[in-house]
Amino acid sequence: MIPSLVRPVVVSAVLFMAVTGIAYPVVSTGIASVLFPRQAAGSLVRQGEVVVGSVLLGQDFHAPRYFHPRPSATSDQPYNAASSGASNLGPTSAKLRDAVRDRATAFRKENGLAGNAPVPVDAVTASASGLDPDISLANAHAQASRVAAERHLSLGEVNTLIDREVQGRQLGLLGEPRINVLALNLALDGAR
Amino acid sequence: MSIDIAQFVLLLVLMAGLVVVAGRWLTKLLTARGHWLPERIGYRLLGIEPGVGMDWKAYGLALVLSNAAMMLLGYVILRIQSWLPFDALHRASQTPDLAFNTAASFITNTNWQSYSGESSLSNFSQMAVITFLMTVSAASGIAACAAFIRGLAQREARDVGNYWVDFSRITWRLLLPICLVLSLVYVWQGMPQTLASGMDATTLEGTTQHIVTGPVASLEAIKHIGTNGGGFFGANAAHPFENPTPLTNLLHMLAMFLIPSALTYAFGRMLSRRAQGWAFLAAFLVMFVGFLAVEYPAERAGNPMFASLSVDQAPGALQPGGNMEGKEMRFGIAQTSVFVAVTTAATTGSVNAMHDSLTPVGGMVPLFLMMLNSVFGGVGVGFINLVSFAILTVFLVGMMIGRTPEFLGKKIEAREMKLVMLAVLAHPFCILGFTALAALWPGAASGLGNAGPHGFSELIYAYTSGTANNGSAFGGLNANTPFYNTTIGLAMLLGRYFTLLPMLAVAGSLAVKRTVPESPGTLPTATPLFTVLLIFVIVVVGGLTFLPSLALGPIVEHLAMSAGQFF
Repeated sequence: MIPSLVRPVVVSAVLFMAVTGIAYPVVSTGIASVLFPRQAAGSLVRQGEVVVGSVLLGQDFHAPRYFHPRPSATSDQPYNAASSGASNLGPTSAKLRDAVRDRATAFRKENGLAGNAPVPVDAVTASASGLDPDISLANAHAQASRVAAERHLSLGEVNTLIDREVQGRQLGLLGEPRINVLALNLALDGAR
Repeated sequence: MSIDIAQFVLLLVLMAGLVVVAGRWLTKLLTARGHWLPERIGYRLLGIEPGVGMDWKAYGLALVLSNAAMMLLGYVILRIQSWLPFDALHRASQTPDLAFNTAASFITNTNWQSYSGESSLSNFSQMAVITFLMTVSAASGIAACAAFIRGLAQREARDVGNYWVDFSRITWRLLLPICLVLSLVYVWQGMPQTLASGMDATTLEGTTQHIVTGPVASLEAIKHIGTNGGGFFGANAAHPFENPTPLTNLLHMLAMFLIPSALTYAFGRMLSRRAQGWAFLAAFLVMFVGFLAVEYPAERAGNPMFASLSVDQAPGALQPGGNMEGKEMRFGIAQTSVFVAVTTAATTGSVNAMHDSLTPVGGMVPLFLMMLNSVFGGVGVGFINLVSFAILTVFLVGMMIGRTPEFLGKKIEAREMKLVMLAVLAHPFCILGFTALAALWPGAASGLGNAGPHGFSELIYAYTSGTANNGSAFGGLNANTPFYNTTIGLAMLLGRYFTLLPMLAVAGSLAVKRTVPESPGTLPTATPLFTVLLIFVIVVVGGLTFLPSLALGPIVEHLAMSAGQFF
């Protein structure tokens, strides 16, 4: 029984690798590059000739004049797009507690909030990918006066920009309302 | 909250609608007489005669040997990756233990990953090893299920179908067409699909961000359709390139449920026992909704530690709130918690949030779903597992009323019960045995990412995920060591073939039996009462074995969290 199986076993491995492992992804790539070239290449954002990032990937912003993204636990440095990942800390981890406490303190100081003012939970927790492009509306509003002061804009102007950049639930139902930090910061740079 | 519930309802309604469509297509391709052109070419290359039927032994042997050859092919490519062309990033070959673990993981439909995709696999390996093994492991699982169903339908005959024909048809007529269309929808929503390895971006603040790209969408499509689960990137379906929008998140979930649920319909049609198919689907659904009802409130309530630090986790119009550690903003709590339940019910193992950072109860749900391994389950095998519990239910009830148990018109006798018990017991034996070994093995504990009871949860989650062929992880565990790679690799192989082969033998044994006419003493198995009994047996027999280990992990941790204790 086994000798008669040698040929189909060997041939099927090679044949189906060629069909499902090479032909299928290559055909899909070919069609995608014609129908959706922008998305297929990674939804890149360009300023002139320079690629400044992907609209889908968060990037690290430190400067006070920019809105800041969520904390990122990617290795080597935050928002390392070549090494996605999370903290993987459990809910009873002392390390997580200390990190959240320190981030909350830093967030309050940065944004001129009172010592025990509530901080939006997404501003002090690391995302799953370490590349989360979005923040909550609450988080954006908490940062608005800092950004307005740094850019000599009125709070109203910044809030208008925030409102314009809100991404609602998809199809009016799916997911969460949110703000893409890169898009908001690009809009800010454009408004200046 | 009501909009969250609406999202859950939408998922279930769409899934139910797809059951009939996909179920009909499945039935048609498994019973068709003609062969498509690419299939005929394939049969000629393979040198097989498509009209010849196989008994369960020949079928199982062909499946195991062809899987072994494919696993070996994958292993070899991973070992010589650095010599192969087309990788601008020059990623190194995998070590022997890692390549064994990876190849075993993908051929068994587990997709456990001890490596991180973007740093250790070239685009060629992502296609020719990962996408390839994802497709063929799914096709093998569905083929095994087809043979199993035919065995149940046969009367006094040995023929359960031809493995090569089933495998080819499932690949050509089911998996490839769906995946090609789905991959394009995914690209439309933002997933990259390119052969380029990536580029450097200069961020607004002037630093360099290296963006990794590749054939992501084609991998994501088969990853979910085939309930595989291994990510292109380390962060899996939490990565914005693998799951860019809430819509892709919904499509991922529908894709995972598509074939496991359609198989219940195909089963009903092929046996001309439609009500039985619906009774099984109902059992799946009731258990799934029950688990979701535990998962969602746990994550929504969040972590009391956040409140003690004056962190606002209350859900509202301006934020989803809840336990956002290890979660993505676009999914929030609703789309995350339902994904957690779907991916571990359908034993896909794709994750859109880090399970290690779920609340204790929120993390216990995926663990328990994998321990049961029969709430939808992986493509093909999930249905087989459910039937093994159905036979067990018939047997237990038969004992209670003092009758010879019958199932689908066949007498269930000692031989079938021994095989069913082998399949049912291999699962906890493998999980608990390896976990105990790892807990005692010198140095194994140094791989844990968290201290206290959560560390134990990481261990048992790893072996449960491996044995159930799920592949998701409590990611804090550093599993890329020879000990973990080898033992988890073995758990995956044992978990796959020691439940699949005994149940194929059951089907073979039932196939040759005569059907017995129904009598007043026959327990009807297509009734709500039977569905309830079945769920009861799954939870009691399948679940109770694991209760002590759950008490040591998530249950203790939940009490510690409530008491404000940290580790």
